[in-house]
Amino acid sequence: MILLRYALYRFITMLLTLWVVSILVFVIINLPPGDYLSNQIAELRATGQAEGVAKAEFLRTEYSLDRPLWEQYFIWVGMMPGPYGFSGLLQGNFGWSFEFDRPVDEIVGDALWLTVLVNLAAVLFVYAVALPLGVLAAAKSETWVDYTAGFVGYLGLATPNFLLALILFYYGNKYFNLPIGGLMNPAFEGEPMTWAKVKSILLHLIVPTFVIGTSGAAAMMQRLRANMLDELSKPYVETAKAKGMAPARLLAKYPLRMAFNPFVADIGNLLPSMISGSVLVSVVLGLQTIGPSLLTALKSQDQFLAAFILMFVALLTLIGTMISDLLLVLLDPRIRYGAKGA
Amino acid sequence: MTSLLDVDALTIGFGDAPPVVSGVSFSVQAGQTLALVGESGSGKTLTCRTALRILPDAAQIRSGSVTFAGQNGPVDLLHAPERQLRRIRGNQIAMIFQEPMRSLSPLHRLGNQVAEVLRLHRDMGAGEAKKRVLEQFDKVGFADADRAWRSYPFEMSGGMRQRAMIAMAMVAQPELLIADEPTTALDVTTQAQVLGLINSLQKDTGMAVILVTHDLGVVANMAEHVVVMNKGRVVESGRAEHILSAPAHGYTAKLFAAAPMIPTVATPAPSLSQTDVILDLKNVTKTYTMRASGWRAPQKITACRDVNLQVPRGKTLAVVGESGSGKTTCARVALGAERPDAGGEVLFRPVAGEPALPVHDMTNAQRTAFQRQAQMVFQDPYSSLSPRMRVLSALVEPMEIHGIGSKADRRDKAAEMLNWVGLNPDMLRRYPHAFSGGQRQRLSIARALTLDPKLLICDEPTSALDVSVQDQILTLLEDIRDRANLSYLFISHDLAVVARIADEVAVMRAGVIVEQAPPDTLFYNPQHPYTKALIAAQPEPDISRPIDLELVAKGAGSPASWPEMFRFEGAIAPELREMGSGHKVRCHA
Repeated sequence: MILLRYALYRFITMLLTLWVVSILVFVIINLPPGDYLSNQIAELRATGQAEGVAKAEFLRTEYSLDRPLWEQYFIWVGMMPGPYGFSGLLQGNFGWSFEFDRPVDEIVGDALWLTVLVNLAAVLFVYAVALPLGVLAAAKSETWVDYTAGFVGYLGLATPNFLLALILFYYGNKYFNLPIGGLMNPAFEGEPMTWAKVKSILLHLIVPTFVIGTSGAAAMMQRLRANMLDELSKPYVETAKAKGMAPARLLAKYPLRMAFNPFVADIGNLLPSMISGSVLVSVVLGLQTIGPSLLTALKSQDQFLAAFILMFVALLTLIGTMISDLLLVLLDPRIRYGAKGA
Repeated sequence: MTSLLDVDALTIGFGDAPPVVSGVSFSVQAGQTLALVGESGSGKTLTCRTALRILPDAAQIRSGSVTFAGQNGPVDLLHAPERQLRRIRGNQIAMIFQEPMRSLSPLHRLGNQVAEVLRLHRDMGAGEAKKRVLEQFDKVGFADADRAWRSYPFEMSGGMRQRAMIAMAMVAQPELLIADEPTTALDVTTQAQVLGLINSLQKDTGMAVILVTHDLGVVANMAEHVVVMNKGRVVESGRAEHILSAPAHGYTAKLFAAAPMIPTVATPAPSLSQTDVILDLKNVTKTYTMRASGWRAPQKITACRDVNLQVPRGKTLAVVGESGSGKTTCARVALGAERPDAGGEVLFRPVAGEPALPVHDMTNAQRTAFQRQAQMVFQDPYSSLSPRMRVLSALVEPMEIHGIGSKADRRDKAAEMLNWVGLNPDMLRRYPHAFSGGQRQRLSIARALTLDPKLLICDEPTSALDVSVQDQILTLLEDIRDRANLSYLFISHDLAVVARIADEVAVMRAGVIVEQAPPDTLFYNPQHPYTKALIAAQPEPDISRPIDLELVAKGAGSPASWPEMFRFEGAIAPELREMGSGHKVRCHA
């Protein structure tokens, strides 16, 4: 089965890519001189707090920050024994956050899933909005439908996200009684999942999804419209028309299928741009995603926390690209049979 | 008797411009074949599309009527509601388009696309529809109908795709088939087979056919009635035998004169002297390695095998073959754009009597000189000139690259070359879009000439042009050759074009030369079944000489199906043997 073999092949290349990414992430995070602890030690020395220095020195050896960089890397990944034997990413130990003085997985814990949730919702929103609008704009090109869709699209692209967020919060709260800020009612934080909690999360999701998704949807709509217009002038559309197909069915069966490829291929690109784009939005909207933690971690050189979040984002991206690649193979026989397309 | 389709005083225009189709009238009787003949821009395609009302959005029908009198009573096609028209499209009137490569959706299986017609127009279950489609696939000549049902268009050759298109048009058994240049994009042997297929299907079903074409040879083989169009007007119409034997209108006569023809009576020519050879391909083999995908091992494809060709100075050597025969690869190797596999070499002798230089093993100075002395003319004049460069910049650019002359010298040379190719030097300030296809091809020839080359490689220089323009360009190429003592390596798929300009012809098939001789010898005494098929497949504008399909079928198949004397499979081809003076044929002893 070609598809299974291809999926396996893509999975293995994904793992290899992830490995390369881990090296890059680690190296880049360590590029600025010093680390969190050496900065702290210098600060403590300057203010004359000797007992703090001892603790920091202890942490340095504890987390092998006194070793050469390549050893630090292998210990972090879990391919080399550290002070407590093999204990790294591979073993499920994500490291220690110096800034928050807690293990990384405790800090990110819930935020990880909320991040995935928020961005998945945004991606779905992008597709749900861009698909019908893009097709409609192309089918009715150069009519008021097209112009209106284009205008709304450019508005979405041009409005800064945080501004849109504030506006939506204000009016959403005033007219629809939507909650402001956060991803759930504070009463539910840390509580086990219940139906009421799910409802609260969904209600809180509305505005962030809209804010994060709008610009992506606008861009994708324009791309789909352009692709569709290209396809509409192809001879096979004429063939279908000469067969006696009705316009709506024709549109959905032939040109849309063809214009779908770039649409699907975008899944991979959409995820990372949304996550990085949503960092600021998360800060403004007070969403408990990993965005704000990433910002803090990068500012204070909290290397294990930053590295883990970056790895997580990379993983999401890779999974996104893998999904879109597999979907493309499913959708397009030309890719499936490795033939040159007509 | 009422006609099946009646077009009366049809006038079509775009915007405020004068009409592009004006006052066109003709009618088609049931079961009859009508040919709509004309060059590009004559309005023939617009006219036939009006019957299905699939015109470009900007086109306006200004007056006239189109009436279709099918089994369900007469319908006014121009004013019928869209819903009624949809029931006619594909059902009572079907259409075949020019480019089978692009007229089928690449994402849907052939079976799906063909059966769709039945689902749309016949109240038919999936099983019954499939049965009907498979029958139709059988009728259009698919060896394995089941496989065709499962195939995607890109898995098939151009001829097979056109067969699928025909199956799609025929499956609902329409009363009228409109074929818009159905064979223009196909190789000549494939064209012969597709025309034969349309003919036999018409006999079986009794449908009427409107054949849109620019090729009088195709007309002679297919049509009973002919309508000749020029610049949107009908200039002549009538029965095919009358028009083809005694064209009354000047335009029709001009089309006749321009149609390239294979001479019927030819005398064997003396073999070409090989004493002064300007370009010499020796044992050229070129193998491409397909990129490996996934785990699959890389695949090797031999584009041309053991090719030996000599271009004598001042002469024209033509390489003829269908797409995929390896003729373009030969040209690319000859120009040094590709390196032949080990063992092959290409020698270039710029000056008679001096030692020849190996094209693929030159010093930098030799290479620069070679690039001046060997120039290329490309197939598509629309895409081989930059639309953002004025004619002047395009013409002086080669001289700038080679640092020849002062600015004024270059300008003078450009003007002189325009004169040579029959264009006015005033046109130097214009952009290419201001020129017609034929004029653009003249520009590309002028550009190739600015460096005073000694060898011109012409890659299908006329196949994108209309017949009358093709004729002018060939005349121009002949003039220039004699005037500047140029030598040509002329690549073409059209034996009739080559018959006129070449001093020697090499016929290629499946990467090897199968027969090589001066053109008259080749036409007088073709030996190889493939050459015979090529000659037989050439449609002649003479109603008494129809295409001999049997002869075409014999030679146009794979090398494994040729008569025993010529047969080969895979890489082991028989030797190219000398049959008479200067006449070589690839056959077993």
